[in-house]
Amino acid sequence: MAITEENPGYKWVGTRPIRPDGVEKVTGKARFGADLTLPGMLFGKVVRSPHAHARIVSIDTSAAESMEGVKAVITGADFPDLAANGAHPSEIDVANNAIARDKVLYEGHVVAAVAAITREQAEAAAKAVAVTYEALPHVLTVDEAMADDAPLLHEAMITKGVDPAPEEPSNIASKILHERGDLDQGFGEADEVVEREFTTKPVHQGYIEPHAAVADANSDGRAHIWCSSQGHFQMRAYTATVLGVSPGTLKVTAAEIGGGFGGKTVIYLEPLAVRLSQRAGRPVKLVMDRDEVFRATGPTSGTRIKVKMGVSKDGKITAAEVWMAYEAGAYAGSPVGAAGMTAIACYDIPNFVVEGYDVVCNKPRVAAYRAPGAPMAAFAVESVLDELARTIEMDPIDIRLTNAAVEGTQASYGPKFPRIGFVETLEAIKEHPNYTAELGPNQGRGVAAGFWFNAGMMSSATVHVNENGTATVVTGSPDIGGSRQSMALMAAEELGIPYESIKPIVADTETVGFNDVTGGSRVTLATGAAVVDACRLIVEDLRGRAAKTWDVEVDQVEWVDGQAQHVDGSQPPLSLNDLAAKSGRTGGPISANASLNSRGVGAGFSTQLCDVEVDPETGVTRVVRYLSAQDAGRAISPDYVEGQMQGGVVQGIGWALNEEYIHDTEGVMENPSFLDYRMPVASDLPMIDCAIVEVPNPAHPYGVRGVGEVGIVPPMAAVGNAIRDAVDVRMTELPMSPIKVLEALNENDG
Amino acid sequence: MPRTHITTVINGDETEFLTEDSTSLLNALRDEVGLTGAKEGCGTGDCGACSILVDDRVNCSCLMFAPEADGTAIVTVEGLADSGELHPLQQCFLEGAALQCGICTPGFLMAAKALLDKNPDPTETEIRYALAGNLCRCTGYDKIIRAVQEAAREMRGQ
Repeated sequence: MAITEENPGYKWVGTRPIRPDGVEKVTGKARFGADLTLPGMLFGKVVRSPHAHARIVSIDTSAAESMEGVKAVITGADFPDLAANGAHPSEIDVANNAIARDKVLYEGHVVAAVAAITREQAEAAAKAVAVTYEALPHVLTVDEAMADDAPLLHEAMITKGVDPAPEEPSNIASKILHERGDLDQGFGEADEVVEREFTTKPVHQGYIEPHAAVADANSDGRAHIWCSSQGHFQMRAYTATVLGVSPGTLKVTAAEIGGGFGGKTVIYLEPLAVRLSQRAGRPVKLVMDRDEVFRATGPTSGTRIKVKMGVSKDGKITAAEVWMAYEAGAYAGSPVGAAGMTAIACYDIPNFVVEGYDVVCNKPRVAAYRAPGAPMAAFAVESVLDELARTIEMDPIDIRLTNAAVEGTQASYGPKFPRIGFVETLEAIKEHPNYTAELGPNQGRGVAAGFWFNAGMMSSATVHVNENGTATVVTGSPDIGGSRQSMALMAAEELGIPYESIKPIVADTETVGFNDVTGGSRVTLATGAAVVDACRLIVEDLRGRAAKTWDVEVDQVEWVDGQAQHVDGSQPPLSLNDLAAKSGRTGGPISANASLNSRGVGAGFSTQLCDVEVDPETGVTRVVRYLSAQDAGRAISPDYVEGQMQGGVVQGIGWALNEEYIHDTEGVMENPSFLDYRMPVASDLPMIDCAIVEVPNPAHPYGVRGVGEVGIVPPMAAVGNAIRDAVDVRMTELPMSPIKVLEALNENDG
Repeated sequence: MPRTHITTVINGDETEFLTEDSTSLLNALRDEVGLTGAKEGCGTGDCGACSILVDDRVNCSCLMFAPEADGTAIVTVEGLADSGELHPLQQCFLEGAALQCGICTPGFLMAAKALLDKNPDPTETEIRYALAGNLCRCTGYDKIIRAVQEAAREMRGQ
């Protein structure tokens, strides 16, 4: 599609072979979190709070302990009191979220866990754990939580980021602020000003695989954990913290992971499984039910966001004022920080104030979800920008081109952008036939854009050359969407051997160097760079061995197409196969390690075009055509780049039209099932068209930016803008469900 | 607790197992028979990750009690390939990158097989509705639909 730089003659990078782990995944052999069974293994079950906010008065486990088949029962008292041990507040929150000690802060909060011989015995024992609660008043939204007389979740929480610090505690964990220029002057220069207020509900990542962990503890204090996660090193660290042990006593093996989208970067079951296994002296498997997944994991924040923007007649944004409050759930840590940094990052705006609040409330602790924080902010900002474009009668792409951040623009969050591809994504949309496709009755077209930083962070890789000249590429980044393929493609390119000769694997925490989580769109970027570094060390080694073999200086040896060649052609080439077969005589096994802290990320931009049809009788919105243009930097594995783009868009369509957490007045979730929390299914959707834009990231050997996240930033605004175009109503609440659209239509008529 | 003795044909082989009456067929397949290809995504019949064929009909195995399998013929994803040769659906899912994390893939393959066994030339809309009981959160369904279309073409000999 839209390619801004030619592929510089790559043989493997940018091709579409079959993924290395594919056959296992289409034949049912791949082992996911819940698929492992060990000899003597027990089944565990977690006991959860029915209250949104309550003090735990007592827990009586005696009845459960005496039941048939029950081998262990644990409560918060079975874990070290990190607060008493002077641990960091963030560690205390992780521990208290894993299992409550004195207070439960949301419905579904863990209070105890049991292990028994059969599932049925475990379920019966969990029901027999008698917990006495003293119910406390609760707060469910940012408005309730920020009210002056709101009941407090954490009696000692003083808002951070406010100078001077408030004297009284509140539910506001922190405030963020980004400012530039002079807001009054900016609005004074505007010809048109639009101000709107938006609300969004918590939504879940919705991975199809529930959380699962198997733990096998030894009497020497060591334990082995198999779990489905986005980062087994992270699971090891968090689990060790909660258990109060050294990370070195825990070995974590990454199961295949059935989706995460950020929601599997945190621990839930792992420390419970280890402690149950220690108490029972046998392996223990814990698997969540779907309703536990909804009630106690994920989601991302519900929000309230106000946006005011001004624009001159020629389309230049003169000022922007953004106020946002994000639900953190039970513990501090909503993604409002990232939201504040991304909200207006697509644009070069001279005067702005972006103010945000991280607010705790009695809902499950939020977890990362694909570009955490950015989609809600973009829904608000891109909706207002759409209104401004309509007010001055300017094309929605043109108003974005007029204000687009480019190389050298000082980003709203601070640094100057290096080479970025936002403009190219806008142009790719404009050039695509969808942009001028004919619209039918009740149909409308919307444009929206999004920005995400992409992460770098730490990665390690090891490459082994086998005796037949094939290679094993070892990393510690769980493969959640095809990253083994991108590792193998880059290794094949570097080593000059066929893709099929590379075996990429994801190793456990004791077999490969440290890797940060699979998140932040970072694996192809950072772990990929570690693989490239390790391959280059291998090539250096091989050139040295060839030089020795030929008795020449190493600078006389080049590595071309998988073989050592003498620069003047005076020697018959030595292939990787030849050198591997003789490795014992040229220095021993051929192997290299590389570890890095990423040398530079490449920001990601996406622009999307959505066509909807709205049924004016029912308010049902149907997406009829969709196009996503995204700057991948370089698409190492185009199949899976498109997959990330399409998947992000469809999650966004679900967020836009259907998905929301619904709580009753007592704080109990009313829709904790896939029946009532309705994610998009195949019959809801059209094909999702993709325009991969490639503006290489100069900080990566192949120009990779990372593609996993930014695709979910624009869809809610793109859908909302399309609804506006179709039926002349501006939707300001998510989800834009039929009832809300119908109400808005009726209001317009009235 | 007395357990019930069940005799079925699973992936072509006569198979016996013991189960409690309240156990789901999905858990019996996974825990007693050792076939973990079918997955539990919800346990309420909403996600389709546990889809299997029971007497040629696609079923959510989480919604069946294990004793209901007595006397039936079951096909799971492990039985889709023929002596190591992949079914065209499996091959087309691989070639079309129709999976990302892969947890929903076994269910989609079985639901798609049930469709193509009955309707060898489905329209895109027919495919989308036939697979509407299967949730995928990674792909946005685009490449899954295309893979089923391609497999249908191949199976029709086109």
